[in-house]
Amino acid sequence: MTTPAPLLTVHDLRVEFAAARGRATTTAVRGVDLTLNRGETLGIVGESGSGKSVTALAVLGLLPGTATVHGSVALDGQELVGRPARELAAIRGRRIAMVFQDPLSAFTPVFRIGDQIAEAVRVHQRVDRAAARRRAAELLDLVGIPDPVRALDSFPHEFSGGMRQRAMIAMAVANDPDVLLADEPTTALDVTIQAQVLEVLRTAQRETGAALVLVSHDLGVVAQMADRVAVMYAGRVVESAPVDELFAAPHHPYTLGLIGAVPRLDRTGGPLVPIPGQPPALHALAPGCPFAARCPLAVPECRAAEPVLTGPGEHLAACLRSGELAAERPAPAEVYPVPALPPTRSPAPAARETLPRVLSVDGLRRTFPVHKGTVFKRKVGEVYAVDGVRLDIRRGETLGLVGESGSGKSTALFEVLGLRPPEAGRIELLGQDTAALSAEAAHRLRARVQIVFQDPMASLDPRLPVGDIIAEPLQAQGADRGRIAARIPQLLTQVGLEPDHAARYPHEFSGGQRQRISIARALAVEPELLVLDEPVSALDVSIQAGVLNLLQQLKAELGLAYLFVSHDLSVIRHLADRVSVMYLGRTVEDGPVEQVFAAPRHPYTRALLSAVPLPDPVAERNRVRILLPGDPPSPTSRALGCPFRPRCPVYAALPAEQRPRCEREAPGPAADDVHAVACHYPAA
Amino acid sequence: MLRYLAKRLAYYLVLLVAAVFLAYALASAALDPRAYFEEKHPRPSTAAVDRQLTALGINDRTPVVIRFGHWAEGAVLHGDLGRTIHDTSVNADFGRRIWVSLRLLVVGSLLGMLLGVLAGAWSAVRQYRISDRALTISSFVLLSTPVFLLALFLKNGAIAANQASGHQLINFTGYETPGLTGGLGTHLADWGVHLLLPTLSLSLTGLATYSRYQRGTMLDVLGSDYLRTAEAKGLTRRRALLKHGLRTAVIPMSTLFAYNFLGIFTGAVFTETIFGWHGMGEWFINAIRENDTNSVVAVNLFTAVTVLASGFLADTLHAALDPRVRG
Amino acid sequence: MSVDSPARAGRGRLVLTRLLAAPGVLIGGGTVLLLFLLAFVGPYLTHWSYTDIDYASLRQPPSADHWFGTGGLGQDVYAQTLRGLQKSLIIGLLVALLSTVLAGLVGACAGYFGGWTDRLLIFFVDLMLVFPGFLVITIVSPRLRSAGWLAFVVLLAAFNWMITARVVRSMTISLKEREFVRAAQFMGVRPLRVIWRHVLPNCASYLIVDATIAVGSAVMSETALSYFGFGVKAPDVSLGTLIADGTDTAPTYPWTFYFAAGLLVLFVLAVNLIGDGLRDALDPTADAARRPSRRVRDAARPLPGRRTDSPVPTVDEATA
Repeated sequence: MTTPAPLLTVHDLRVEFAAARGRATTTAVRGVDLTLNRGETLGIVGESGSGKSVTALAVLGLLPGTATVHGSVALDGQELVGRPARELAAIRGRRIAMVFQDPLSAFTPVFRIGDQIAEAVRVHQRVDRAAARRRAAELLDLVGIPDPVRALDSFPHEFSGGMRQRAMIAMAVANDPDVLLADEPTTALDVTIQAQVLEVLRTAQRETGAALVLVSHDLGVVAQMADRVAVMYAGRVVESAPVDELFAAPHHPYTLGLIGAVPRLDRTGGPLVPIPGQPPALHALAPGCPFAARCPLAVPECRAAEPVLTGPGEHLAACLRSGELAAERPAPAEVYPVPALPPTRSPAPAARETLPRVLSVDGLRRTFPVHKGTVFKRKVGEVYAVDGVRLDIRRGETLGLVGESGSGKSTALFEVLGLRPPEAGRIELLGQDTAALSAEAAHRLRARVQIVFQDPMASLDPRLPVGDIIAEPLQAQGADRGRIAARIPQLLTQVGLEPDHAARYPHEFSGGQRQRISIARALAVEPELLVLDEPVSALDVSIQAGVLNLLQQLKAELGLAYLFVSHDLSVIRHLADRVSVMYLGRTVEDGPVEQVFAAPRHPYTRALLSAVPLPDPVAERNRVRILLPGDPPSPTSRALGCPFRPRCPVYAALPAEQRPRCEREAPGPAADDVHAVACHYPAA
Repeated sequence: MLRYLAKRLAYYLVLLVAAVFLAYALASAALDPRAYFEEKHPRPSTAAVDRQLTALGINDRTPVVIRFGHWAEGAVLHGDLGRTIHDTSVNADFGRRIWVSLRLLVVGSLLGMLLGVLAGAWSAVRQYRISDRALTISSFVLLSTPVFLLALFLKNGAIAANQASGHQLINFTGYETPGLTGGLGTHLADWGVHLLLPTLSLSLTGLATYSRYQRGTMLDVLGSDYLRTAEAKGLTRRRALLKHGLRTAVIPMSTLFAYNFLGIFTGAVFTETIFGWHGMGEWFINAIRENDTNSVVAVNLFTAVTVLASGFLADTLHAALDPRVRG
Repeated sequence: MSVDSPARAGRGRLVLTRLLAAPGVLIGGGTVLLLFLLAFVGPYLTHWSYTDIDYASLRQPPSADHWFGTGGLGQDVYAQTLRGLQKSLIIGLLVALLSTVLAGLVGACAGYFGGWTDRLLIFFVDLMLVFPGFLVITIVSPRLRSAGWLAFVVLLAAFNWMITARVVRSMTISLKEREFVRAAQFMGVRPLRVIWRHVLPNCASYLIVDATIAVGSAVMSETALSYFGFGVKAPDVSLGTLIADGTDTAPTYPWTFYFAAGLLVLFVLAVNLIGDGLRDALDPTADAARRPSRRVRDAARPLPGRRTDSPVPTVDEATA
């Protein structure tokens, strides 16, 4: 049997970016080799700056004018690099199509979706306007957009993120391409929507028989979708293997580290394996293996020359010690140093009742007026952003607040932190009712609750040195100079930075370090409750692991209580004692983390958990997945009955006589339950 | 939508009334029509001056609020803007001059916008090439030349050209040749020649402004994801730029349109005066010199309405161009 | 490509490198410096003063004695032009300074406090816009003869801040949503301190660029008004009055007109070049097309720093 010639071959691809005057050029891709066979799915994994997206764009010849591409990209043996623009244009969209990361910015905002898809058809096929429009409607139907004919006339901004990504896929498969390049196609989406879109990608692939290149930073997505995986680091492929082999027995220490750094939905607690250090700057690479500086297995020879990508059969790795790794199959924690965390135990349910309440929220509501149009603005209704939230945090406890975008979790946070009387419901913070606070008492209370935001770039004022940033809460509370001066180095050490970092500016730090600065600032006034709003979702996994470890350590040392908001269930599972799930502004389920994750009772929680991809291809194949239909409805209408009903698989399966209850009565969680659920027909 | 428009109209009305009242109060306080009459020869008696002033509604011995009340009553109920200091109707002047000014303003601003947008887009696409640099430098020089100076430069240039050629090549005084005979064609040609320099001096600055902004927004668009998508579909760079790029990059120009109109009107005051057009701008300058309060207020009313109208027009344009803000 | 690289160069160094890489800034800066030298040192190089009258030479072309020639009454055009240049430069700088400070304060307060403060301030700004400043100055200026050119500076500044204030306001509104401002609020930092420490410094790039360009536009307004006799008045001279004096004689005695006109254009051009270069250096999105990837840009994207905010009133801002 002869193996067929590969469909797409990338050989020794190098991409350089010219920099502004006076700076060295940056080599973003440094010799990438890839092959793609007909109909297969190749996953390309890497952290930001690894060159994975640049590789994908280089294949299509879509890099900006500042980039120079060397090497070879051959489609069916035809060389693409250096082809005249007109010939490339004829291939793009017809033989190789692309799905981009952010579908909002990837559609031209002023043209209708249908026209943009029809345009893709008409560029390559001689059909008239009406036929192209019919084809566009078919395509929208293929990707599961309801009422496709009407959807044709929508503008991109009228679609939800998931719908836009479906439309993007529809546009990409318009001409039955041979290769589909998907660059982080689900990164901007929520997990239940991600699950839908991945399903659509599979459908599209099945219908067209296209080979799929899936670029992603998410090991779980790749484990679920790919047949083969290439791992990229610092502009090169460092390991490439069939998916099962790669996850079962990585041959490159970087891959091993990545797998160890990801918190797992199916495992709990304990320290994660952080990869020390940062990815190298690509414009100033030292000779030798670019990973050597972070590698626990590095030997002097690693620094002499860059190892080539080689290995037995289909499993290739660019590491001098890949043979040992292949033979010994160590676990990540056996190779990487793992910090010893002081033990934390969540108190037993009985003991918990005796602990003082740090935060107690009940029946919280917050509405916003909705305006339509920005130039000719008018009020069209009210959003019930938060409508029935309850939270309960005891001393030293971590509550994970989970919800997808639009679930109102951030609004709930800001309501709590605003220290104002709530619109409806009750907020009690550290034993004080926020409705009855004087301005002075509110100001004093602020010192006892601090917040860490999601984006470490945005949450630190770029114009202040780190020392001043950390000093700000102390100054706000009127601390004297001496105390502030003594506290800053202490805080920096506590979060794993150097005291002399105080004089530097935020932009001099990496994302993970900035997040540590944020944490130091929050700790400055010795709060009792730390609110963490998606604190690691902007970080790469290898960096994220270190920050999560730090948070666990601080909690144990300082006895802090955390309100940890995240869309990432694996992180919550890893860190929280209790979890509270929100949907459309309401708490739908809460309880101890083990119970909720092991035996979720609300159909939404069950769907949410089943949608999280696991970084384990074998487990992925054996899972039962609950796909929720559609998008969360707009919270403007405050429908009667259960708000989850339109997407609820349980409701859909109910006998007719049991349905009216869901249609008329909004379920509320029992206030005193340890594991409460807001559903009329919860799973046992 | 209707409710919104009504609300907006009401807000504009409040602004308009406040602005006109302020203009009236300011003009009444700063101008001194009494002096205008007292400087006449032979000097009229104080009583005669008072009578005259009262008849014109601009007697400074009457409290300004009452004077404004009378003026506003006439203006609102009868559309009567009062009498000039020469005891002629302000309305008559207004009606004559508004067309002179609008001809200049409309042609000047539209021409500037159109050429500026084209030049800017062209410049962006050819960033850092010779044509872009040449355009950038000339627009900088234009932006650094005040309109009155530009008008004077053009006028001096025309004089030099006329002298060199030995006959009246370019006519630049007034908006038509008085007593010209001939058919419609002759008149139109005459109008065109007269429009040339004043329009040029107004539209050149607009051209420079628009081209700078259009170049900027076009450069932003050049790096946009949707342009990349258009190319990924198989459109050539050129088609993607023309269809998807330019169409999106003109949207911000609508806001600039409103802002620029303010500048154009100010420019028109100079242009009219320098080229001897009997429009609103020239009227305004003369009225101040003659302490003609009612005429000054009339011009202020005109500009306030024009500014509000151009702002409304700009917003409508914005909504027409951009489905995202239509809502 | 790398945002995360531990760049050792501080922000100041970065801005400086970018500034030095922009030829426009160097040329503009050099020109402004030379013009200032000319305006303030130049008068000592000749024995003629701007008030002197040389009856022996009327309307004479430039010569060794009268470097820029003489005017209709025998004034030394060189001495007059430099005096006018002095006045125009000072007026331009003062107006820009005053109007920028005013715009920053009003804009930041309106944006930060919102509610009725915002409504009132924005109504005021709208009113000033509908009520064209140029017309008001023309009406009022004959009355200010006695107060002199300083009153004129105040008037020019008073009608030159509104658009900047609107931009600062909308920048403040989006800054208010930024996490570092939220963080400061949640930490209990008082409002005025937040404005002073976080809001204004983060509008600084825009304000600096705007102030630079405002110098140019102030000089243009000043000369335009003075040209019509509504600005600087005798015995003071400015470039505007000189241009007005030379207008009629320009075709036959060009030196009475073109020295003043040329210096005016040169100065405004130089200031605009500096402003443009500063914008490129302070605003990382200004040279967007040269950047390698969208992602990098988004990470570094600051607030919108362009003058594209609608200058004309919209209802939602005032009544919403």
